[in-house]
Amino acid sequence: MTPLENSIGFLAPYEFSPTVLAVCVSAAWLYVRGSASSSEQERFRALLFWSGLVLMYAMLQTRYDFYAQHMFFLHRLQHLVLHHLAPFLIALSAPGERLLAGLPAPIRHHLIEPLLGCRLLRGVTTGIQQPLVASILFVGLIYFWLIPDVHFIAMLNLSLYNAMNWGMAVDGLLFWWMVFNMRSDDGNADRHFGGRILLLFLVMFPQIVIGAHIALSNQDLFTVYAVCGRAWPLSEHVDQQIGGLITWIHAPMMSIAGALVLFRRWMRQREPSIAESEACRDLS
Amino acid sequence: MSRSLLIALLLPLLLVPACGRNESPWQGRNIQGVMPDLAFSLTDDSGHTVTGANFAGKIVLLYFGFTHCEDVCPTTLSTLTKAVRTAGYDADQVRIVFVSVDPRRDTPEVLRSYSAHFSPYVTGLSGTEAQLGDVARRYRVAYNYGEPDADGDYEVYHSSAIFVFDARGKVRLLLQQQQLDAAAVANDLRRLMVSAS
Repeated sequence: MTPLENSIGFLAPYEFSPTVLAVCVSAAWLYVRGSASSSEQERFRALLFWSGLVLMYAMLQTRYDFYAQHMFFLHRLQHLVLHHLAPFLIALSAPGERLLAGLPAPIRHHLIEPLLGCRLLRGVTTGIQQPLVASILFVGLIYFWLIPDVHFIAMLNLSLYNAMNWGMAVDGLLFWWMVFNMRSDDGNADRHFGGRILLLFLVMFPQIVIGAHIALSNQDLFTVYAVCGRAWPLSEHVDQQIGGLITWIHAPMMSIAGALVLFRRWMRQREPSIAESEACRDLS
Repeated sequence: MSRSLLIALLLPLLLVPACGRNESPWQGRNIQGVMPDLAFSLTDDSGHTVTGANFAGKIVLLYFGFTHCEDVCPTTLSTLTKAVRTAGYDADQVRIVFVSVDPRRDTPEVLRSYSAHFSPYVTGLSGTEAQLGDVARRYRVAYNYGEPDADGDYEVYHSSAIFVFDARGKVRLLLQQQQLDAAAVANDLRRLMVSAS
């Protein structure tokens, strides 16, 4: 095969999913329709959104998925992107308004707006967006799919495998949206940056614990890769070590990145008030 | 708040000791309902197309390998053959389906003389790249080839799984080639036969 054929082959989905395609295409379509202005700041936000969306699609609907099914560390990398990196970029771009604006008016008026107004739905979203609940879900999902017996079955069963990856992507969006969305539930007071930063630090530790546990284990914890065959001959020990390291180091690093973004926003928010207080002092 | 936070942080730790295996009296791991039913389209050692339906009514042990495999594949096939014989079944009741993932070297003739060695229990199958790819995707297995040496011989890396299907073509057990015991497999086969009848 020529290199060109190889690259095209790599871009074709390993297991085609109409759902992933439909969701990604709809999101892209809504975003394009909803984009009005093109100031420099807006262009940067659009770049964040597109990077996140393309990364998610690439993780699920290219030949990369084959490698993620047959190599533990590539599976960890897939989850790092689905749960940490891509949702981080998308949530940071705050695409909500644009996506909503991109909806055709009849759908917006007759379907989405009543849904947004529905008290039950609001209650549920508010509930899972509680910082503590969202954090437990975020860490809990990582732990759940890494229980060796659960992991074994999830890698063999297509529906469970899809549920796992979807769950990671959706939960990632919920978590990072909670982190970067500073409006409180009743829409009045802003939430406090410090609380968010503390939360980001707290979710690091359980991830470090499980990552280190996997990386330092002498046992082959995830035997399914040996059973089904690895994507290329790599020793199970090395595979598990790299996979553990990704969960140990790279995943918590996204917390640091998130905290830096929040710090910057916090400082910016304080700048005018600092200037104000200095002006007051000068006057007195 | 601080107490629930503490619980939130410690809860995941409780899950770690829960990772142990549960003891099973079966040699194979129960994967009933986990994987799809027996279905494929491949070529047999006389060049005819064979599908999963050709094995209706038989217990099938599905295994992926290649005939140039020096020890693992022949050992696995002879242990499985021994297990079927020990269980007291004939080839009409149980069939070991050996899928070669090395179609370049494993022509129908090569496959025929290879499986004749284990006959009548082993059926050797292979197929085009696309056919093998479909079976591999369906049963979530991977295989790949090593670099050829000076004589053009190369290693083939493949899954170590043996998927066991009951007489109705439903997946039942997962055996692993590293931990095969003929007597224990024979026991599993008898239990499968009883549960099917």
